[in-house]
Amino acid sequence: MPTYTLDINSETHTVDVAEGTSLLWVLREHLGLNGTKYGCGIAQCGTCTLHVDYRPMRACVIPVDTIADGQKITTIEGLSTNSDHPLQKAWVEAQAPQCGYCQPGQIMQAAALLAENPNPDRETIKRYMNGVLCRCGTYLRILEAIELAAGSNSKTT
Amino acid sequence: MTIKHNSTSNNSAAVSRRQFLKSSSGVALFIGASGLLPQLISCSNTQKVRKQFEKHSITAWVQITEDGQITIYNPAAEMGQGSMTSLPLIFAEEMDADWTQVNVAFSPQEADIYGGEGWAPGTKLMFTVGSRTTKSYYTTMRKAGAQARYVVLHSAATHWEVPIDELTTQESQVIHENTNRTISYGALVPFLALPETLPDFTGETLKSPEEFRLIGKAIPRTEIPSKVDGTAKFAIDIRLPDMVYGVLERGNLHGATPTLTNQSEILALPGVLKVVPFDYAIGVVAETLETALAAKKLLKIEWSEALASGYNSQEIYPRYEAIATETKRGKIVHEQGDVTRAQRSAEKGYTADFKNDYVCHAQLEPLNAVIQVAEDGKTADVWVGSQQGRDTKLGVPDILGVPPENVTIHLQYLGGGFGRRSMNDFVSECAVLAKAMAPKPLKLLWTREDDVTYGAFRPLSLQRLQVSTDATGKITSFSHCVVGDGGHLVASGARNDHYAIPNQLIEWREITHGVRLKHWRSVGHGPNKFAIEAMLDEIAFNQNTDPVALRRTLMAKSPRALATLEKVAEMAQWEAPSQEGRAKGVAFVEHGSLGTGICEISVDRNTGIIKVHNFWIALDAGTVVQPDNVKAQMEGGILMGMSSVLKEQITVVDGKVQQSNYHDYQLLRMLEIPDRVETTILPSTEHPEGVGETATPMVAGAIANAFLKLTGKRLRHLPFTPERVLAVLNG
Repeated sequence: MPTYTLDINSETHTVDVAEGTSLLWVLREHLGLNGTKYGCGIAQCGTCTLHVDYRPMRACVIPVDTIADGQKITTIEGLSTNSDHPLQKAWVEAQAPQCGYCQPGQIMQAAALLAENPNPDRETIKRYMNGVLCRCGTYLRILEAIELAAGSNSKTT
Repeated sequence: MTIKHNSTSNNSAAVSRRQFLKSSSGVALFIGASGLLPQLISCSNTQKVRKQFEKHSITAWVQITEDGQITIYNPAAEMGQGSMTSLPLIFAEEMDADWTQVNVAFSPQEADIYGGEGWAPGTKLMFTVGSRTTKSYYTTMRKAGAQARYVVLHSAATHWEVPIDELTTQESQVIHENTNRTISYGALVPFLALPETLPDFTGETLKSPEEFRLIGKAIPRTEIPSKVDGTAKFAIDIRLPDMVYGVLERGNLHGATPTLTNQSEILALPGVLKVVPFDYAIGVVAETLETALAAKKLLKIEWSEALASGYNSQEIYPRYEAIATETKRGKIVHEQGDVTRAQRSAEKGYTADFKNDYVCHAQLEPLNAVIQVAEDGKTADVWVGSQQGRDTKLGVPDILGVPPENVTIHLQYLGGGFGRRSMNDFVSECAVLAKAMAPKPLKLLWTREDDVTYGAFRPLSLQRLQVSTDATGKITSFSHCVVGDGGHLVASGARNDHYAIPNQLIEWREITHGVRLKHWRSVGHGPNKFAIEAMLDEIAFNQNTDPVALRRTLMAKSPRALATLEKVAEMAQWEAPSQEGRAKGVAFVEHGSLGTGICEISVDRNTGIIKVHNFWIALDAGTVVQPDNVKAQMEGGILMGMSSVLKEQITVVDGKVQQSNYHDYQLLRMLEIPDRVETTILPSTEHPEGVGETATPMVAGAIANAFLKLTGKRLRHLPFTPERVLAVLNG
C-alpha cells in the first residue's frame, strides 16, 4: 500500500492507504481528524469543506494521491489555536449552529471568503456560501455570523 | 417517607450506573424519580453507590463538587433543538445554581430512571420525538431542582444550627441574613446532610415566573462552542482500536430480497472480512471504510420483485381521487356535528383536492453507529446518535439475545434527526454486523445514496376538502378526507381545534405501496395544514373576504390562537399593500404551541420560481425556557418548510426510488433564503409547549395563499416546483 505524506494544520502526517482513497476518509478514519464531516461524497453538500493551499475544497472528491508535495491542508482543527477565529467567535455570538454537523464546513468556506474579501456584501456572501448545505436551516444566522466577523474585520483593519 | 422499590433492578444494571459515576469526583445527589428518596453518596464510594442502586429506583440528576462545579444530566437527545441546555437550565433554575458553574452531560440511557412521561399512563420513555421534550420534562426537572436546593438548605441549616426557613439562596450561595453569613454550594459539600423527608414541590412551592433568573432569559446554548471548532462528537466520529467497517447495499426497490451472485469474488478482495446477508440487503465488512465502500460497488445482486413493483408515484393520483370519491367512509379520525346534513342545507359548497409527493429527511449526518460486542457475546456498547425509542436500548438486546441491562448506549450528538433517527433500523443493522465481528468494534455507515434511496419518507397523500357555507358565507361544515399510506403519518394535523366550525369530519382512507415511510418533521401536519389553510383562503378569495378577517371569525372561541393571528398581522403590516409584484399570505398551525405565520412572496413568471422575501411569525408556546432558541427553531422550521415546499421531491418508478443524493434531491440553499424570519413570542406563564414542528407546516399554506393573492391561481400540489408553478400560471 502506498505511503502518503501530508501537511495538515502545519503538522506532517504519514498514512498508508490505497491509491484513490479520498482525503476525507484519510482525515477521518486514518488520522482521527474528525472535524471535517462526510455528507454526500460527490461535492454537493460542502460539509467536508477544508482548505488546500488556503482555497476551499471538498475533501470527499480529492483523492489523496492528487495532493502535491508541499500543499498545505487546513481543517477546522487548524483554523485557530483556541477556537478564537473571528468567525468562530461570531458563530457563537449569533448562536448559529443547530445540530452542528455542517458547521465546520460552513466556517471553513466562510473563512476562505473573508481571507479573499474581508468585507463582502450580503449578496457576495450568499453566492460564496451557496455550496454548503444546512438541513436545520441555520442560513440566516450563518449570514449574520459572517457579517459580524466581517464587521470586526473592518474595525481592526 | 415512601421508598419505591425497583423490581427490575439487578446487578448488571447497577454496574453500568456505577461505571457512569466512577469517573466523577465529589458527591452525587440522588433524588428519587418521584422525588421520594434523597441519597447523598460520595462518588468515590462505589460500594455504597452500588448498594443504593441495587435497592432503589433512584435518579441522579445532579452532582456537586467542592469547587462548586455542578453537573446536571440531560435525558433527551440533542439534535440541534437545544435540549442540552433547556432541561438542565430548568433544573438549575429551581436549584438556584450558578449557571456559570454548571456542566451538562447526557444521562445514562435508562428509561426506568430517566424516562419522561410516556405515551400511556405509568410508562416512562426516553424518546426525543414530537417536540415533547421540554413539555414532558418541565415539571420533573423543576421538582428535582427544587428538591436539590432543599437538600442544600437543610445541610446549611444543620451546619449552622439555624432554622431552615431563615435561609435563602442566590446563585449557588446559601445566605443567612440574620447572621450575615453565606456559604457556597461547593463549600457545603462536606456538610451535606439528608433531611428526614423531602417536600413534594408543586405549584406555589416552586419559583414564580417573576423570580426566574434563567428560564426565559438569553442564555447561550451549552454545546455551541464545541460545534464551531470541530470538537462536538457525533457517532460518525467515534473511532476505536481494531475497529472494522460495515456497509450494506439495499437496492432501490424497498422490500426486494437480494441474491448475491459474486460472493466469492467479493470475499477475495483484499481487506474484505465478511459478507453478511440480510432479508433486504447484502452487508460487507472490511478492514477500512474505503475497502468496504469499494466492495459495495462491486456487489452483483439480483433483486426480487416486491410489493412496490409496478408502482409509479407520479401516476397514482387518479387512483387516490377515486378512493376519495368512494361513498364508503374510511377510518374516522374525528367527527363532530353532522357534516352530511350541513352539506345538504348549505348555500354553497367548495371542494378541492390537495396533493403532496414524498419527501426525505436528508439530515446532513448520514445514519451510522458503532457497536462493540464482547467476546462472550453477552454485553455490548453502542455509540449512536438516536432519537432513542420505545426501547431505550434500541433493539440491540433482542439481536444479541441478552438482557437490556447488558447493553450500554452511549448517546452522541445527532447530525440532524427530523424523525429519521427515531427509527433505529441502522442500529439493528450495526448490531447484526458487530455480533458477527465480535469482539472487534464495528462502525456501520450509510452512504448518502443509501440514505436517500433507502429512505423512509413522509408519505405521498391526497387531501379532499369539502366545505359548506350558509347564506351569510359562514363556514358551517368542514370535511377532510386523507388518502394515503401510514395512518397517523398522513392523518396528524387534520383536526381544527381552534376553528369554531360546528360540523367537522376527518377520515383516513388507506392505500399501501410498500414504500418505506416515517415521521418527517411535523408529520401529517405539513400536508394537512397546507390543505386546510389553502382551502380557507380559496373560500375567502371567492367571498372577497380578507383571509385574516376570515380566520379572526373562526378563532373567536380560541383567544390564544387569535392573539397569534392579531400579532402577526400587526408585525407583517397585513393591511398595508405589498410593493408591486409581491403579495402576502397567512397560515395558522397548532402543534403543541400555536403559531400564525405570514409570508411575502414574488413569482418569476418566466421561470416559475417563487421567491420568499419575508416571513413573520407570532407564537404562543406557553412558558418559553430559551427564547432565542425558540426563535432559532422558528427560523429553521420555516427554512426546512421552504425547502420541502419549493424543492424536495422523491419519485418512484416501477417501485424504484429515483433519487440518490443531493444533486437530484435538492435542498434549499443560501441564495434562496428570505431576507428575514421574524418571530414574536407572546408572553405566557402556561405550561411549555413544543416548538420544533410548529413553523414547518405554516409554509405551504402561507405561500399558496400569497400566490393566490398575487396571481389569482391556486397551488394545490406540493412541492411547488418551477414546472408546476408555470403549469398553474399558464393553465
